[in-house]
Amino acid sequence: MSQKKYWKSFGELKQTAAFQQDAKDEFKEDLPFETADTGLLSGNTPRRDFLKYLGFSTTAAAIAASCEIPVKKAIPLVNRPEEYIPGVAKYYATTWSQDGDAVSIIAKVRDGRPIKIEGNTDSPITKGGTSARVQASVLDLYDMYRLRYPAIAGKEVTFEAIDKEIAGEMAKLGAKPIVILSSTINSPSSLAAIRQFQEKYIGTRHIVYDADSKSGMLMANEATFGKRALPGYRFDNAKAIISLGADFLGTWVSPIEFAAQYAKGRKIDAKHPSMSRHIQFESVLSMTGSNADERFLHAPSETGAVALALYNAVNGNSNNGLDKKLAEGIAKAAKELKEHAGAALVVCGSNDTNIQIIVNAINASVGAYGSTIDWSVTNNSRVGIDVDMANLISEMKSGTIGGLFVVDANPAYTWYDTKAFSDAVKNVGFSVSFSSKADETQQLCKYSLPTNHFLESWGDAEPVSGHYSLLQPTIFPLFKTRQWQDSLMKWSGSTTDYLGYLKQYWSGILGGEAAWDNALQAGVIHPSVASIVSGSTFNNTALSGAMSAIGASKKSGKIEIQLYQKIAMGVGQGASNPWLQEMPDPVTRATWDNYAIVSPAMAKSLLDIDLADSGQSDAYEVNPEKKVIEIKANGVSKKLPVVIIPGTHSNTIGIALGYGRTPKIGKTAEGSGEDVFPFTNMSGQTISYATVGEASVVDNETYIVAMVQTHGSYDTPQGKRVEVMKELTLGQFTKDPNEIIEEREHELKPWGGIENFETQGTIYGSYDKPGIQWGMSVDLNSCIGCGACVVACNAENNISVVGKNEVKRFHDMHWMRIDRYFSGDMENPDVVFQPMMCQHCDNAPCENVCPVAATNHSSEGLNQMTYNRCIGTRYCANNCPYKVRRFNWADYSGADSFPANQQAQVASGELNAVVGVMNDDLTRMVLNPDVTVRSRGVIEKCSFCVQRLQEGKLNAKKASRPLEDGDIKVACQQSCPTNAIVFGNSNSKKSAVSVDREDNKQRVFYSLEPVHTLPNVNYLAKVRHKETGAEAAEAHHG
Amino acid sequence: MTGPALAGLEGRGPWSDRKQLYAWIHNPAGFMKTNKYTADLKVQYNGVLMTAFPALAEKEIDAIVAYINSVPLPDAGGAVVATTEAGSESDNTLLYGILTLILAVVSFTLLQVNGSLRKMADDKEGTPALEPIPVWKNKTYITMAILALFLLGGYWTVDGAIGLGRMQNYQPEQPIFYSHKVHAGVNQISCLYCHGGAQAGKHSNIPSLNICMNCHMAINEYKGNEKLYTADGKEVNGTAEIQKLYKYAGFESGQTWDPAKAKPVEWVKIHNLPDHVYFNHSQHVVAGKVACQTCHGEIQKMDEVYQFSNLSMGWCINCHRESNVKFTENGFYSIYEKYHDAIKKGEMDSVSVEAIGGTECQKCHY
Repeated sequence: MSQKKYWKSFGELKQTAAFQQDAKDEFKEDLPFETADTGLLSGNTPRRDFLKYLGFSTTAAAIAASCEIPVKKAIPLVNRPEEYIPGVAKYYATTWSQDGDAVSIIAKVRDGRPIKIEGNTDSPITKGGTSARVQASVLDLYDMYRLRYPAIAGKEVTFEAIDKEIAGEMAKLGAKPIVILSSTINSPSSLAAIRQFQEKYIGTRHIVYDADSKSGMLMANEATFGKRALPGYRFDNAKAIISLGADFLGTWVSPIEFAAQYAKGRKIDAKHPSMSRHIQFESVLSMTGSNADERFLHAPSETGAVALALYNAVNGNSNNGLDKKLAEGIAKAAKELKEHAGAALVVCGSNDTNIQIIVNAINASVGAYGSTIDWSVTNNSRVGIDVDMANLISEMKSGTIGGLFVVDANPAYTWYDTKAFSDAVKNVGFSVSFSSKADETQQLCKYSLPTNHFLESWGDAEPVSGHYSLLQPTIFPLFKTRQWQDSLMKWSGSTTDYLGYLKQYWSGILGGEAAWDNALQAGVIHPSVASIVSGSTFNNTALSGAMSAIGASKKSGKIEIQLYQKIAMGVGQGASNPWLQEMPDPVTRATWDNYAIVSPAMAKSLLDIDLADSGQSDAYEVNPEKKVIEIKANGVSKKLPVVIIPGTHSNTIGIALGYGRTPKIGKTAEGSGEDVFPFTNMSGQTISYATVGEASVVDNETYIVAMVQTHGSYDTPQGKRVEVMKELTLGQFTKDPNEIIEEREHELKPWGGIENFETQGTIYGSYDKPGIQWGMSVDLNSCIGCGACVVACNAENNISVVGKNEVKRFHDMHWMRIDRYFSGDMENPDVVFQPMMCQHCDNAPCENVCPVAATNHSSEGLNQMTYNRCIGTRYCANNCPYKVRRFNWADYSGADSFPANQQAQVASGELNAVVGVMNDDLTRMVLNPDVTVRSRGVIEKCSFCVQRLQEGKLNAKKASRPLEDGDIKVACQQSCPTNAIVFGNSNSKKSAVSVDREDNKQRVFYSLEPVHTLPNVNYLAKVRHKETGAEAAEAHHG
Repeated sequence: MTGPALAGLEGRGPWSDRKQLYAWIHNPAGFMKTNKYTADLKVQYNGVLMTAFPALAEKEIDAIVAYINSVPLPDAGGAVVATTEAGSESDNTLLYGILTLILAVVSFTLLQVNGSLRKMADDKEGTPALEPIPVWKNKTYITMAILALFLLGGYWTVDGAIGLGRMQNYQPEQPIFYSHKVHAGVNQISCLYCHGGAQAGKHSNIPSLNICMNCHMAINEYKGNEKLYTADGKEVNGTAEIQKLYKYAGFESGQTWDPAKAKPVEWVKIHNLPDHVYFNHSQHVVAGKVACQTCHGEIQKMDEVYQFSNLSMGWCINCHRESNVKFTENGFYSIYEKYHDAIKKGEMDSVSVEAIGGTECQKCHY
């Protein structure tokens, strides 16, 4: 029996007063009713007001009733293309491409508007997986703050005029070169366009600068393998995965690909009770670290020492100087690596060349090359070298650069010394920005030629060498924009445009235009056979130098700062996207801001918050106003609110990059967080994302952080949540695979055990599901908490963005949340993620209490919500044990008849500006026409994507065949990079969901099962590879 | 008519020989010189010559002939005609009304008689009679009248409120007088030729101009026997209406049509469902095999279309309760084992839409 205690919040751990209150109430605020004691006439609505309201409503009703029904027009097309049928969605394969990342996708286009992104299952790299950023990218297309026309010094001009001006500028260049500054471009045709330009303007240089730099790895690979490139990684082949601060499931190199591979090694059932072992060494709790079997903490400055110690341990040398816990961890990691030599992998998130050389050496000694690291391909997602950028800035400063073309890169925001860059731009002959947003760098450039959104663009990408993914437009450009490749080709005097070139290039390679058409339709081109090679042999000449360099480097300072990327925000690309801003961070569960993450220990020493004290813990946790600290480092000082996260190194503060963007990129980004790029610094040849500094509390200052962690709190009778969450170690699972079944049997014993529970656990009768019964199975072993499903759900179901003010007061609207549970040690806990959505209970507590039957049950097992019938009593939300029902407290979506209602609230600041942004006519083009836009005063919740179920059933009916697996994929399931969610008809024995439940019956559990809600969603318990078989046996004896 | 109907063409003229047919379709003018049958047809149909289709491959012509042969000859009534029950319902209402009135008069008379008798009895017994209360001051009558008014008023108010936004019999004037009677009734054009979206998606789309022009490039005047009238009884010149179409299409007779010159027709939408209802035409037309007329009325008899049904939820639900799904024909329903067993045992002979969940909220509202 599991003796673990799970806790969502510190309050829950200590069972504080605030938590108990919280768990009892569905709605955290007092309802806005006036106290009735004062009597009717002296209340806030006295007789005169009452008469006014009465008069108004009578008149309004009379006017509304006498209004003529407006005449609606139906305007058909003039010449309808044969393949287009109004109201029927078309799907086009294209590619999400951003700063070197490329993901093959399918865009769903309804009546000419792309409205949803799905993963392309034909891609051998992502295998149909997506990320939150990919899912949200469709909203960027309809961003009302996109640049809408070409401009010279901010004034609108035509493309002809700007072409002429720039031709004039280029004629005056003399000997000074043009520099094309871009983030990583992995598109072969775009690189060809640049080469073409270079041929015309001899001396033009292309400099690649990545804000999310992998220079350290690139240079280490050059030193040890002679290739300045990143190899392919094969996490699926690894039995032992050691990560030194690499967030490879979230933000490192190619996270979607790695997540799919990683999950493959984590799939487990009773027949095959084996899985990979993942040990993470890091300073700040990352999403990847949350998934690790074991975590060990170190200060950011110790990364080199840890890598060195691991190298020594693997090679049988001794270590000293590390603290005891860390040394233990290194011994464990080394043992795993040696045990699984040939199936072991070490990855490292550091951008230090020397550390990466040592990591390469470890990988070489454990036989990773050729098994888990594949040099037969290169990963092309990052090729930027930091020192190139530094050199460019000094050249620009000295006035030797004639022209600067900026493609995608945004150094005016992401470079550590933005002032140096902006000053240097002034000394450049002329500057051109191709940015589609008025970002920090665009504002410095004289000429602005906004490029198309990727959904309006042609193109190709080669994320992994030999694997191509094609882009095709899914909508005509909304504004006067032009692809930057077209501009370059035009200026270099090319006779064809970019599309012409692309078509010619690919037709040539593929053998004809028909083959090109087919490739466009599939979206991906990939080699048929893939073989892993180890590449050239590991060259250890650089190793001793790297070792001594690490040994020599010592940093001092009171407090260390680790900068990290959030999965939604990246290095700031997500800042103007409302869906991404409102997506809770997987680990901190905070929205809309960045903040200083500190450990409970530092909370005590720095802020004097003792979490062991219930009162102090409540004071910290209940109030969204967090204490503010001032952090000084690199000669810069920033004020940030503090968020306490267990699992943070005791002397380290973690801060997310990508916030504090210019408000010119949109009202969404306004007031959201602080820019901490100034805390990065050039250390030797590379940018370092860690630094040392000082921190002090700012007295009398607080800052509101909108965190959703405690919003869905619910108490359980045992107070340990074992009824909500079940988990095993691999040792327990191999020893007794039926442990979970036994536990459930024990829980349900009073009602006849598992078998008779359905009938004996209730006084209600049971109902028939004659045809279909929808069911979902969520594998907690595969769920990595990445949140792609959350954003996919937002996009599919028209879920409102409510803004920070509303999230703060528990009014978030997400139908799906990913609960983060801690268990174990307060300073370094284990983490479990649990996606929680409507469980579609067959004996649903919400249905019984609705006075108007607005929520009721379907014969297919759906818990139906009928918005038009809902009168907003919220009894259902109060009675839902899972707390998954959401109430429209305000008119977030603009669905009310009177638009002024909501605009006034936005104007007064009661609602954030983002609510206005989401209600712009342009933004609303993203809405799914098959899903009702909910108005104020109604409850909503997960519908199992009923519009997709209906569509899938209809297609089967039209084809006169039974429903098959694959006919229907719900939005969360489709987006998942690890296939953690399986959905289907559980009445059919052959459906995927039935098979999943049968194959994993030892791990199946239902959340809060003893309550007898009979959910149609089941979970598969997480198995943690905590101890090896031998250790497990020992632990059980002891 | 510009020529004979295509049905049964292989039985006429030289068309049983495919080679002749190919030659004719590829070059009618050339073929006509060698064939008397076609030359006679030209005379018969006022000298109109069939358009040449030199680009059609022989295989494609075979396919067209196969299609023509596959279509059954239209029966006299055309499509399914829905029966209306309105007549019998109104008869009943009248009957009940008359009965109520008679009963009211009788009870009034009886009350009066009762009063008079009591007065007489009182007079006889010498009891001092109360002054008779006139009808308009009688509290019983006043109460009853108020009650009746309240009930009627309530009924009308509620009925009116429910009817708000419903537009049964809505018959707006359209920018072009397009007669469904001429197209679907007289000329027997299938509804789905123009409204093809009804079998593919949720919308039964209004045809785009190129669909109109498919035929009207050749048909440029109205020569039907039936005269056309608007709802107000005004006579309409069909040829002038075709000219209106040409104006929208930017088409000039005798020239090839360039769709780029066309501008769209702004038709007035007649059937408006509320935004919170999901209705899919293909579900009903393809899966349910429901005839268009069931909901839209006898379109083939309408010159100007009006909204036949009230499109209320009660109307939808009622049909879902009464109609059966194609339970045995459609393979989708093979998973409903329980019902199949019941049918086998003879416990039920058909499965209604309701039985498979067709009246549940989230079948239409999501």
